[in-house]
Amino acid sequence: MPIVKSLRVIGNRTVNAVWRTGYATRFFVMTLFYSGPSFKRFRLIVKEMFSSGVMSLIIILVAGMFVGMVLGLQGYETLKRYGSESALGSLVALSLVRELGPVLAALLFASRAGSAMTAEIGLMKATEQIAAMEMMAVNPIARVVAPRFWAGVISMPLLAAMFSAMGVFGGYVVGVVIIGVDEGSFWSQMQASVDFQHDVLNGVIKSFVFGLAVTAIALFEGYDAPPTAEGVSGATTRTVVQSSLAILMLDFILTAFMFQGA
Amino acid sequence: MAKIAVRHLTKSYNSGKVIALEDVSFEVQPYESFCILGPSGCGKTTLLRHIGGALKPTSGHIKVDGQILHELDQEGLYEMRRKMGMLFQFGALFTDMSVYDNVAFQMREHTDLPEELIHDLVMMKLHAVGLRGTHDLMPSELSGGMARRVALARTVALDPMLIMYDEPFAGLDPISLTVVGDLIRRLNDALGATSVIVTHDVQESLKIVDYIYFVADGVIVAEGTPDEIQASDKSFVRQFVHGEMDGPVPFHYPGGDYRTDLGVTA
Repeated sequence: MPIVKSLRVIGNRTVNAVWRTGYATRFFVMTLFYSGPSFKRFRLIVKEMFSSGVMSLIIILVAGMFVGMVLGLQGYETLKRYGSESALGSLVALSLVRELGPVLAALLFASRAGSAMTAEIGLMKATEQIAAMEMMAVNPIARVVAPRFWAGVISMPLLAAMFSAMGVFGGYVVGVVIIGVDEGSFWSQMQASVDFQHDVLNGVIKSFVFGLAVTAIALFEGYDAPPTAEGVSGATTRTVVQSSLAILMLDFILTAFMFQGA
Repeated sequence: MAKIAVRHLTKSYNSGKVIALEDVSFEVQPYESFCILGPSGCGKTTLLRHIGGALKPTSGHIKVDGQILHELDQEGLYEMRRKMGMLFQFGALFTDMSVYDNVAFQMREHTDLPEELIHDLVMMKLHAVGLRGTHDLMPSELSGGMARRVALARTVALDPMLIMYDEPFAGLDPISLTVVGDLIRRLNDALGATSVIVTHDVQESLKIVDYIYFVADGVIVAEGTPDEIQASDKSFVRQFVHGEMDGPVPFHYPGGDYRTDLGVTA
């Protein structure tokens, strides 16, 4: 009976999806619940910030620079048609602070640090390090997961800010130094049009939410990975795919709320 | 010291379709060192995980030091595990920490000892396993045998009353095997701990334990002291101790008719 078989497969997948969602939610709540010890021993978070945040700096800065340079080029070409080259500073800064900085930095963070977190925790599980910790009466969620979670959440807005700053510098190099847009108008237009609360703060909120989503997905996938080579590689792939989709989806939702009627 | 009492322990999966352990009962006295022997997949690691409180029985119970493990909440279980130590099959050393930090891990997590005292304790534990000189190495720089010895030092870091060993001899060269076996016996005697060793290495375990349980297909099929086991005329024990190819543990996995599989019709 092919219909019965299909129904069984659909039912099985639905039950699995619901079960996994529940398990992920429980995992997230447990992570928050056991976060206290991480803040008491803040050096654990700092150590993880080094591996997830500092080690992502190069890719974030280089990507930010190039994105800013492309914005400078494209923006100049478009603005020139309307004789508004002087607004290049505004265009570069607003694009970066509102959208590109948080979104692209989060996508890069998911690929660089998120995948590494998943692989690390997945391998810890495969090599029984997580089980060993449990047997030593040390809660792995408090000791391994929570510090990484908060390290990611704190690192993400900082990385996004650096991405945007580097992008503005890239736009300046292309627009002012190479093309020759007036330096004074580049900076003054930027200063006049970028609002701290409306643009900068909203960008920070976005990157904070993205950091939360990426790190939660990465840690859950690692913790839930089957303890085999295929299991860990599959989990790493899922982290990158799910994080990227989550970032883009959350970006739309946040943008709709933040900039409605603006 | 710890007294372990296993009573009618049954563990099944898939709503009873797969039975890993069936009505297993035994008792271990304090200071005793005992071994669970059996072929791969017979349920011995499942039994060890129950003793460590990592699995909950389908029926029956395990008492350690008078407390039924599966009735403890997480806090109670963690309290109990602070008195336990477990050596994992391949050591399970934390790969992002040095040898020193691995051994110091539990001391830092569970005590407020000053770092100077932790240093002395770590050095003593590493000295006991002959690896004091490796304290600043990373686990990736150790050989398999050395990693197992460091893991042993970490296992006994807080002087546990019950030590569990999951396949401690797996994948070791003959020298490392003898060293690890000797260390297990000596550390056990020095700490006055109760030891549970899960292994399929008969010869090494016969040298270092007081009592042996043979597990096959989830049930205890034989038990005795090392001398009794060596003199046993039970076919399963004989096959296992002497490594015979065929016997109660068949060489062939159950399958269909050989001639049919080969397509021979006549």
